[in-house]
Amino acid sequence: MEYVISVLLSGISVGGQYALIAIGYTLVYGILRLINFAHGDVFMVAGLMGIYLTAVLPISLSLPLVILLTVLLGFTIERAAYKPLRNAPRMSVMISAIGVSYLLQNTATYVTGGQPMTYPTIPFLSDTVNVAGTQTKWVVILTPFLVLLLVILLSMLINKTKVGMAMRAVSKDFETSRLMGIKINSVISVTFVIGSALAAVGSILFFTNYPAITPLAGAMPGLKAFVAAVFGGIGSIPGAVIGAFIIGICETIIKGLPSSWDVSVFSDAFTFALLIVILVYKPQGLFGEAATDKV
Amino acid sequence: MMKRSKAILPALAGVTALLLFVILLENISSMIPGLPLVFQPTSPLFTVLKKAAVYSLVAVSMNLLNGFTGLFSLGQAGFMLLGAYTFAILTVPTAQKDQVYYLFGGCAFDFSLPDFFGSIFGSTGAGGAVSMVLGCLIALVLAGCVAGFFAWLIGIPVLRLKSDYLAIATLGFAEILRAIFQWQKLGPITNGANMIKGFPTFSSFNISDASGNVVLRLSTFVPFLITSICVALIVLLIHSSYGRAFKTIRDDEVAAEAMGISLFKHKMLSFVISSFFAGVGGALFAMYVANAQAKAFTSTMTYEILLIVVIGGIGSVSGSVLATFLYVACCEWWLRFLDSEMYIGSFKVPLLRNGFRMVVFSVVIMVIVLFFSQGIMGNRELSFSRLKRLGKKKDEEAAGDKGAAENKTGEG
Amino acid sequence: MGNDIALHLENVTMQFGGVVSVNNLTLDVPMHKIIALIGPNGAGKTTAFNCVTGVYQPTNGLIEFMGKPMVRAYPTGKYAKTYKGENADKYSGQEILSPTPDKITKLGIARTFQNIRLWKSMTVFENVLTAKHMRAKQNVFSAVFRGNLSEERRMREETMELLKEQGLDNYKDELATSLPYGLQRRLEIARALATDPTLLLLDEPAAGMNPQETFALADFVREIREKYKLTVFLIEHHMDLVMNISDYIYVIDFGSEIAQGVPEEVQRNQKVIEAYLGVAEEEGA
Repeated sequence: MEYVISVLLSGISVGGQYALIAIGYTLVYGILRLINFAHGDVFMVAGLMGIYLTAVLPISLSLPLVILLTVLLGFTIERAAYKPLRNAPRMSVMISAIGVSYLLQNTATYVTGGQPMTYPTIPFLSDTVNVAGTQTKWVVILTPFLVLLLVILLSMLINKTKVGMAMRAVSKDFETSRLMGIKINSVISVTFVIGSALAAVGSILFFTNYPAITPLAGAMPGLKAFVAAVFGGIGSIPGAVIGAFIIGICETIIKGLPSSWDVSVFSDAFTFALLIVILVYKPQGLFGEAATDKV
Repeated sequence: MMKRSKAILPALAGVTALLLFVILLENISSMIPGLPLVFQPTSPLFTVLKKAAVYSLVAVSMNLLNGFTGLFSLGQAGFMLLGAYTFAILTVPTAQKDQVYYLFGGCAFDFSLPDFFGSIFGSTGAGGAVSMVLGCLIALVLAGCVAGFFAWLIGIPVLRLKSDYLAIATLGFAEILRAIFQWQKLGPITNGANMIKGFPTFSSFNISDASGNVVLRLSTFVPFLITSICVALIVLLIHSSYGRAFKTIRDDEVAAEAMGISLFKHKMLSFVISSFFAGVGGALFAMYVANAQAKAFTSTMTYEILLIVVIGGIGSVSGSVLATFLYVACCEWWLRFLDSEMYIGSFKVPLLRNGFRMVVFSVVIMVIVLFFSQGIMGNRELSFSRLKRLGKKKDEEAAGDKGAAENKTGEG
Repeated sequence: MGNDIALHLENVTMQFGGVVSVNNLTLDVPMHKIIALIGPNGAGKTTAFNCVTGVYQPTNGLIEFMGKPMVRAYPTGKYAKTYKGENADKYSGQEILSPTPDKITKLGIARTFQNIRLWKSMTVFENVLTAKHMRAKQNVFSAVFRGNLSEERRMREETMELLKEQGLDNYKDELATSLPYGLQRRLEIARALATDPTLLLLDEPAAGMNPQETFALADFVREIREKYKLTVFLIEHHMDLVMNISDYIYVIDFGSEIAQGVPEEVQRNQKVIEAYLGVAEEEGA
């Protein structure tokens, strides 16, 4: 029983962290129809910034600064690598995203010297707590609530504010929104800002729970978060969050299976198998809308 | 058609000349002593040539799919993995299997193609050479077939997907394969997460005399030969009726289907053929690094190949080949100096240290992606008539000139 | 009836979500005739075409080609409950036939598109040549190893002939999309002819043409009908063209048929004038 609780707890927490990344994917895909391959690496860079900044600044200052810098990074990437290709074929933008991902990974390797970096202990978050007889970190307990709070805030932003309305309009019809006088570029920037901020928060939560960051540490969580976004129905925020929780829980369950079965190597593969099954049988995901092509 | 058959002869002559040149280049150091270090067999030149020959096959196979058929697939590393493992498992000599698979108490698959042919032609001298070559050739073909078969399997569900969904599904498929091949339960066949070693590599093709001294080096020639044959087959396909049908799918799927071109059949064909050659490429890669290990075939490898295709020009075979040689040469040789600290007099050049090369490299790639999205060749091809025209017209646009210049470096 | 009917639509209904864009459409396209389907914008003409060519599977109805059932469907899935059209039970329980567009083309139905869809990276010659790919006797191996030389030669010769006929031979090595608009339309028809059709579907062939070009088009359509023993089924907005070349006209509005008849009858039909011609005259003025 204790074992089940501990698996569930960490599953929910991992799921919450994926959810924060997945929202970035789903927002960007909803508006630009772009799989932002660099998003996972932005998440990794946020983690590295956390390490370097906490080394020189107090936590209370460095963590907000991490979020700020990550936002700046996301914004810059969009302006430098995606905006010039606004009218190019979708494939070119995706290739550009892969290029950015490559650049971020290589820069991270250069800066860290390729060594795994240890994430600092953040007071309170890293403290252990006893839940139903299971020892766990506070971050595990806190993550789902924080995610819920952020998602509610985000939904309010999207459904209640003018910027949110513009975002919804752009995701429905790019060209028409432009004709209606919506400043496309600002809306896209806002999307990237939100996505990056959430990725930064996600990185703080994620890496507190993990021993080390390598330059490739963002790739896998990034891909999984994307799968979560597809699972939930790309473009749908609640969908992405639910998808992320499901994937997080499934993954920890697989990792927690008896070691004699030796199936833990499949924890990543499972996510992708799930992806293929969804794409084939229900490409619009749990909450997405089916799109039709006009002939 | 008539024009094409005329074009085949000079192309054939060009490729033969290139292959002979490679043999000469490999052996020149033993013929003329005292040449610069570059020509020694240990020089990075040969590493670059071998690796580039392998990669260019994979790049061209990816271009067939992404550039000519318009299917954005990111599964190349997965199919290479299948090819590499098939080749490795089929060619590790039976005598070495216990040693390679010692963690699993030997290999469950007690068969080796070179040994099998060795039992027919003899395993020493000329007979041994024949059985090694035959065994490797058949293993290469089978490596391609296994990759092609899996492409067919996965193609049935995923080829219906649209562009970016197809990309992510094939990427996922490659990751699944990687996990399966690392599974300890399959250890007796795949050696689990450990590498398979001991199978013939490129240097096994060097011909040595009785006392073991190498008399004729063929270790660079072999990958060149195989890649040339495979690329030639792909080019023939692209210029056939089927190749044209692939292009219609890239240009406009709806129109293609309305003109009687079965989308599923042709997408599948392109996918399977591309994967076949990726599988052969994977087997060559295993020969190049002298081991087969699932860890090596990551999505980063696919991205690398995709970027090569983009640099060369999506939809240009010669572009892909040129870009591969440039990319590999920069990566493994010309830009190596960026990775080591350097002093000019007592001045320490800033930034230079391990990893800087790849940073510079990725910046260059981003510049190409953003500002030269056509790549080196766009969707055009290098041809003799084109080179001639370039020679005549000196004021030809800069891009064309660059392409021709790079061709020379690529071949050298 | 029997074999002199090339295309027969029966109770064809196409519903998207809650919208019925084609409602219970029944019509006949007799062999060797030119039949037009007209109607105001958004009347469902192109949707009807897309049902015939296999782009959409109709929600309900039967389409026969040369006397054989080609497409057959009845409301299933979510439409089993939400179906708003008529004759919901007429076809239920029968085998659903829903061939892909390429199979329909193979049967002998070729089409053009309202917004021209040529293959943009290919030359004029290649555009027509590749339309012959479907009927070529070859496989991948014979094509790669050039075992299909005689077949390839035949296709190239036929393509050249077709281009000459259409007056496109001077442009054969140009990119298809670099042609002037009128010639692109011609090329699209040439490409459709290259698939050896018995029935040719033209989706607004005169869209964007001036009166002279439209006039020339009418002659051209008649000419190819004679030459290739074609049956022509077309959608059109230009009343001049429709009245000029059609043997019989079907008029639809909001997905349903409102009139049919020879051009003179349709011109005089009050419903048609109200729904369509009146508006068209205003637009034209």
